[in-house]
Amino acid sequence: MVSFIVRRLLQMVPVLLGTTLLIYLMVFALPGEPWEGRCGERACSPAYIAKFKEEYNLNSPVPVQYLLYLGKVLQGDLGVNFYNRPVTEELLQRWPTTATLALMALAFEIVIGITAGVLAGIRKGKFIDNLVTVATLVLISIPVFVIGSLGQLVFGIKLPELTEQLFGVRWGFPVTAVRSKTITPELVWSLVLPAIVLASLQIAYVARLTRTSLVENLRSDYVRTAKAKGLANSRIVGVHTLRNSLVPVITQIGIDLGSLMGGAVVTERIFNIDGIGFFLFRSITQQDGVSVVGAVVCLTLVYLLMNLIVDVLYGFLDPRISHD
Amino acid sequence: MTDPAAFVTSAPAGDDVPGGPTPTGRERSRSLGADAWREMRRNPIFWIAIALLAVFVSMSIVPGVWAPKDPLICDLALARGLPGPEALFGYDAQGCDVWTRTVHGARSSILVGVLTTAFTLVLGSVVGIIAGFFGGWLDAVLSRLADVFFAIPLLLGGIIVLYTFREPNQPYAVVIFNVVFAISILGWPTIARLMRSSVLQVKANDYVQAARALGASPLRIIISHILPNALAPVIVVSTINLGAYIALEATLSFLGIGLQPPAISWGLAISDASGLNLIRSVPHMLLFPSLFLSLTVLSFILLGEAVRDALDPKLR
Repeated sequence: MVSFIVRRLLQMVPVLLGTTLLIYLMVFALPGEPWEGRCGERACSPAYIAKFKEEYNLNSPVPVQYLLYLGKVLQGDLGVNFYNRPVTEELLQRWPTTATLALMALAFEIVIGITAGVLAGIRKGKFIDNLVTVATLVLISIPVFVIGSLGQLVFGIKLPELTEQLFGVRWGFPVTAVRSKTITPELVWSLVLPAIVLASLQIAYVARLTRTSLVENLRSDYVRTAKAKGLANSRIVGVHTLRNSLVPVITQIGIDLGSLMGGAVVTERIFNIDGIGFFLFRSITQQDGVSVVGAVVCLTLVYLLMNLIVDVLYGFLDPRISHD
Repeated sequence: MTDPAAFVTSAPAGDDVPGGPTPTGRERSRSLGADAWREMRRNPIFWIAIALLAVFVSMSIVPGVWAPKDPLICDLALARGLPGPEALFGYDAQGCDVWTRTVHGARSSILVGVLTTAFTLVLGSVVGIIAGFFGGWLDAVLSRLADVFFAIPLLLGGIIVLYTFREPNQPYAVVIFNVVFAISILGWPTIARLMRSSVLQVKANDYVQAARALGASPLRIIISHILPNALAPVIVVSTINLGAYIALEATLSFLGIGLQPPAISWGLAISDASGLNLIRSVPHMLLFPSLFLSLTVLSFILLGEAVRDALDPKLR
């Protein structure tokens, strides 16, 4: 087991180096000036360019530049943005919001996705199965930003109008998120709709995966044995089958935490949530290259780290998987 | 252009394939492609997908037939006008006709989707075949390379690539090419991995050994034995991915880093419409491009699933 973890960690090193190198090369080494846009509409003064080059070691050969940059990243230094504030600080400040959003999305993914998948799986070919299949297909087809905008329209604007007409109270989801540096109940409540939107695609995938896996396992010999022993159906599904069926689902969910944080760019832009994704979006519009790279590197590292953790946990979940 | 049936049918005869489910009399054994085509013809979902795609593809080729008005001529006096006989989908905040803009938006999406799929298919297949067929250090190097590109999430990678190549006032073709390049450079490892495992499976077959024993060159073995038999899963995934790439292009444009105005695209239209004030007052501005975009993605997914069912009944 230990040797597996060590090997997996070692395998991670070239991927990490490769990814950061790729991102670095694209922004700093390709033709086009990384300081472009830093001086507003005007061209940058030679003095500023010299300072910028000095700061990011752009006068050294590319491999040296990259290693120096990597060293800085490892020390937590991602450079400074337009406002001369360290990018690391900006990211750390927004970290709790994005993490809350991603974790809430993950919770919805688990609850809604697995429930829908199980319902469809145990009633294979029945109405509920077809409903889940069609619903997940529709969810997969509609891009997240469309679901987000439509969700705002339906649950944030139309629903309060409707409840006001019917019951005299405006009831609906907040259309934009609360701005808060700490996690408050208001913030969490305002993140409910964004979290569902963010998770929508993953809910569909998890539901489909659970269904397929459950259907496959329900055909296996041990289920037949359990049936022959006269066990109740709920016990067969709940205790015997579900545990085995959920192994691939849990892997998927673990990987999703990383992709949810990446997908937050879109959701945070729609719902005006002041998280890392919104920071990335704002940096794109302001053409703040250093911030864009910083945020992307940070999100990619989180994504890779999640995949690594899941890979390691996978062995604990399913002892059949060999680690040799 | 988007009809993989023609592509599949032209594939040479594969290994032994179980006959169709309804053997009418004594037929000669059909090729994999012909068999899949028979299967697909009877699938209503296939025809629904083809019909939808025919509409969208024709919109992207000859938008003028569907919407004769000029999409760039807008009248502020008509801004936020509701759908009616004059303008089927109403007018947007700038007074542009939403139907006309939506029809003309098809081109960017379809173009990006098709070109990206073609690039990833070619690049991924070549890398996958080389890695799978030759194995050894070549496989190790190519697989690690694919790992690196695979490790970057598609959306984040797309943002970085497009950020790098972005310049103001680029011509339409260059912008399209940038988006295609950005998605392709990150999307090829999926195909390469799939192709590699598919090639490894096919390589172990007796007919490949036989061809080798008969003295066929590696190139000949690849072209006439490996490729036709390893292509099926790659085609299925590519078709489904085509929809995903279209969605990704729209997402990037929505974030303001894909296509830029004055280019017309569904992603840009939805981005324009998604301001809170506009959602409230001009919801039709949001609904129609969203509908077209989602239907296009849906039809590619449905087509991919139909092709998969036809090519590999086991996966159903």
